[in-house]
Amino acid sequence: MKVAYYPGCSLEGSAIEYHVSTKRTAEILGFELVEIEDWNCCGATSGHNTDKLLSIALPARNLAIAEKTGLNILAPCAACYNRFRNAEHVVRNDSNMKAKVEQVIDMEYKAENETYSILDYLTQQVGLDKIADKVTKPLKGMKAACYYGCLLVRPQGHTGFDDTEYPQSMDNIVKSLGAEAVEWAYKTECCGAALATSKPEVGQKMIAAVLKNAKEAGAECIVTACPLCMMNLDMRQKSAEKGSGETFDMPVYYVTELMAIACGDSPEQVKADKHFVEALGYLREVSKRAEEIALKEKQQAEAKAVPAEEDEEKIQKKTQAFIKSLQKSPEKIASKLIKDEERAVTLVELVKGDEKKIQKLAELLATDNDKAVKAAEAYVTGELKKREKNKE
Amino acid sequence: MIKDAVKLKSATKADKDLLAKLEQEAGTQVSLCYQCGKCSAGCPASFAMDYPPREIIRLLQLDMVEEALNANSIWVCATCETCSERCPRGVDIASLMDTLRREALRQGKKGDNQVAAFNAAFLNTVKMFGRTYEAGILLQHNLATMQPFKDAGLGLPMVKRGKISILPERIKGRDQMKKIFARVQEQREEK
Repeated sequence: MKVAYYPGCSLEGSAIEYHVSTKRTAEILGFELVEIEDWNCCGATSGHNTDKLLSIALPARNLAIAEKTGLNILAPCAACYNRFRNAEHVVRNDSNMKAKVEQVIDMEYKAENETYSILDYLTQQVGLDKIADKVTKPLKGMKAACYYGCLLVRPQGHTGFDDTEYPQSMDNIVKSLGAEAVEWAYKTECCGAALATSKPEVGQKMIAAVLKNAKEAGAECIVTACPLCMMNLDMRQKSAEKGSGETFDMPVYYVTELMAIACGDSPEQVKADKHFVEALGYLREVSKRAEEIALKEKQQAEAKAVPAEEDEEKIQKKTQAFIKSLQKSPEKIASKLIKDEERAVTLVELVKGDEKKIQKLAELLATDNDKAVKAAEAYVTGELKKREKNKE
Repeated sequence: MIKDAVKLKSATKADKDLLAKLEQEAGTQVSLCYQCGKCSAGCPASFAMDYPPREIIRLLQLDMVEEALNANSIWVCATCETCSERCPRGVDIASLMDTLRREALRQGKKGDNQVAAFNAAFLNTVKMFGRTYEAGILLQHNLATMQPFKDAGLGLPMVKRGKISILPERIKGRDQMKKIFARVQEQREEK
């Protein structure tokens, strides 16, 4: 499986761990990333804030280069993904704009290929089963708030792979890795994006609101698939704490970091040691919990296995008791199994001296009375048919 | 409160024409809005706005485009798209906000200039290098907004973590980038 790869500027800078862990995720799950040649910045929010044509032309240059390779595109950065999907949408639906864009980038671009987010790609193209198969160190005991933010799920008309209000794709990935995905209300609430830089007094409040809701919901960490959300929730968590007077101590991880770690990578290997809020301690705590949980599960499984043996013994005893009564007084049991008197008599005649039938009926009586009734009726019906034939 | 009341005035042809142009660019119609306020209720940034999204739409419905363009709301909006997604009448409010920002910029209106300066610094590095250059953006933004030490405390920790490069990344197609920006500029002026 091959896909054109658009890292975007953040993944080569502030989100270096997202870059490294996305590449590891691809290696582990067995798909090939082909980096788009000489790619340029997508323009992000500044692009669409400034000029509509520019905001489509900047992504379109990358998309046109990728289109020549015939590959679909994977854009892990939520902002790049969103701008790419927007450009595809406009070029497909607005022929006037398409002509303008092609003139501006001086390239042909038909928007025949398609851009995937990492969540869409992992859940739809790779599949949760395949992810679960590769997990060697399940993140059992991890309590994660999966944070989608805005750009992965809105607007529905451009993104469309998950629900806008209650998305599940990241929750499902995290669950496949063994972690618990907590229910919380701010999954798709905005972190303020670039407002943290341009209007910090506004941005900080929005960051604090997301962290607070996650904490109140019982989450011990946040998982994201967006470099800007990461920067705000992680790098600016300290200043959000100061501004709000609350303490969060909430490590934040990229979904791909957790993916690689659950499949055996060390946290340092995917640069989880480069976060601002200390992130290694919680991973150590989780791996300790995971061991404890695994041990408990093993003990429980063994404990369950013992009663199963006991059950077997009971059934054995019951069977023996039924055998005895079938040998001693078959009439009693026959009348219980078959209401029709004549047929009951036939059953008695049948089982007398037939150890095999006695054994079978006793086993069924010990485990499932309905089955015993059916078997008894079948014996009698068979016998009556046989007799009929003999008469002829 | 009477002091917060908006003074109505008669709509000019220029207002009406500008509104029609903005609606076309935004791909939406303000007349669809029945003022339920769902957009303002769900807006995560409305607490910092002078006019919440519903009121921006109301201003436009009343052809008060000038007031909307002068509102700080359009610079507080983070384009999270929650309003557009939830609007029961299908008004693309986020797109309108985006269009208002661009129109304000065309008219030289930049609110308190914080967001506009950031955007200019951001796109400047893209035009020059083909990639964003975070150190350059922060420096340029801080200088443009006269706050030289904003976020300075984050610089060193970012360098230490290898999360910000001192020098810009450059693409080979830098000429192409300059042409893209120039052609967009030409198109804008043709309008």
